[in-house]
Amino acid sequence: MAGESGCGKSTLVNTLMINVKPPLHLMDGTITLDGNSISKMDRSMLKKKVWGILVSLVPQSALSALMPTKRIMDFIMDVIGHHMTVHNSDVASMAKKRFEELNLPGEALYMYPHELSGGMKQRAVIAVSTLLNPKLLIVDEPTSALDVSTQKQVLKMLVDLKKARIIESMIFVTHDIAVLRQIADQITIMYAGKIVESGPTEDVLYNPKHPYAYSLINAVVTPEPEVRKRGLTSISGEPPNLLDPPGGCRFHPRCPRAADKCRSIEPSLVRVEGSRFAACYYPY
Amino acid sequence: MGLFRRREIVAVNDVSFEAKPGEFLSLVGESGSGKTTTAKIILKLLQPTSGSIIFEGKNVWELRSLEELRWYWRQVHGIFQDPYASFNPLHKIDRVLYQVFSLIGYSGADGDSSVKEALREVGLRPEDVLGRYPHELSGGQRQRIMVARCYLLKPKLILADEPISMIDASARAGVVQLFLRLREHLATSIIFITHDLGLAYYVSNRILIMYKGSLVEEGSPDEVMEHPQHPYTKRLREDVPLLYKKWSEF
Repeated sequence: MAGESGCGKSTLVNTLMINVKPPLHLMDGTITLDGNSISKMDRSMLKKKVWGILVSLVPQSALSALMPTKRIMDFIMDVIGHHMTVHNSDVASMAKKRFEELNLPGEALYMYPHELSGGMKQRAVIAVSTLLNPKLLIVDEPTSALDVSTQKQVLKMLVDLKKARIIESMIFVTHDIAVLRQIADQITIMYAGKIVESGPTEDVLYNPKHPYAYSLINAVVTPEPEVRKRGLTSISGEPPNLLDPPGGCRFHPRCPRAADKCRSIEPSLVRVEGSRFAACYYPY
Repeated sequence: MGLFRRREIVAVNDVSFEAKPGEFLSLVGESGSGKTTTAKIILKLLQPTSGSIIFEGKNVWELRSLEELRWYWRQVHGIFQDPYASFNPLHKIDRVLYQVFSLIGYSGADGDSSVKEALREVGLRPEDVLGRYPHELSGGQRQRIMVARCYLLKPKLILADEPISMIDASARAGVVQLFLRLREHLATSIIFITHDLGLAYYVSNRILIMYKGSLVEEGSPDEVMEHPQHPYTKRLREDVPLLYKKWSEF
């Protein structure tokens, strides 16, 4: 799930889990997870049956959720305790096993957060989020604050989680398109609260359909000669204020292809070919 | 009880390099590499424990009079990461531009038209930004105003510390272009301080890589990416996510 800050990607993934507290409200629509409609469930049902169990979210602020005065194992006990009554020894062995499976040192379980490096903390938090083997793991900007080598370690762990079938599917939210290219099968691009394009990663990256997706992708700068040759694209203006978005297509004020239709009627997300979708009347 | 132990951290260790006129250099490193400390030393914001900064034949740390310091700060200009921090939120943005005139000792009549000209050079419409307060403008606009200052100041060397990291992705390329044009129009030397190897590769004539306070690699972008010498550079190159190639061990 890609997009610039403010596009709504974090709000979307929290809503997907019905982690919705005022002032955020779920206005309309349904959310189906593994055949179950979860949008009408109340918080206690969600805690019992969904959160951590069907779907787990590692939010952007995950590292700050770790209490500095609690060891990792205590944090785990708290988290699991929320979902079920289990014996501490069972939780401890689950945790040890999971850490082992993910090449995390068992000693980390008995350390305080400040004793662990940023990368280790992040991997520990992700490991904890998978303890009850949720089918879907959602991670929101898990590597933005990490240096590139630590980032790669965390990404490898996420890929390993899937390979080991500990989780089945993953939604990775980030502004970093090069990271998505390395691990995502499918990319969805958001702008101003809307999904503007989605499809298989390579198709979208090498041949974007939506003008915003095109600009965003061509603004990515990696140390590759192809990028130098391609040049960098920028779009004038900035994303709209969501309190008062433009009528019609939200991107039209900045779009090089905007026409009258774009300014008056909002385009829906439609299939453009195969498994590719775009919300545009004049896709490339 | 309060027992203080003073620990010394060697932030920058034996770093030596040269910037030629009109050259675009990037100092690349991750946090803790010492790149920002190096930039502050060059800008005379931090004093080195040893070593010298020679600018146009003069040792910068021997400059004493206000006259000499002003000369230096006219020639060597800093642009920082947070485009909001460079502005006083209580003043209209016009101030940062007109301030330049007192720095260069200029009180000509056509100050207004110079300011408007500089704003246009950076792709801003004077009527859109003059008279506004910093919070009324976007990060990209604020950063462009900082670059507009350079059109007024015409420094010989610009040090830009992470100039685009706090700007929206869709607006970044525009600001990058501005720096390239600055160099083209004013033959200014530019030193970019950044953690972004991709950005450095794209804009620089030469890349210098810093790791834990030391300069570990130096070369053209292609040299650094194709024939890295230092293990840190090799690792960086392997770990940076690319757009056109997929990581093998995944």
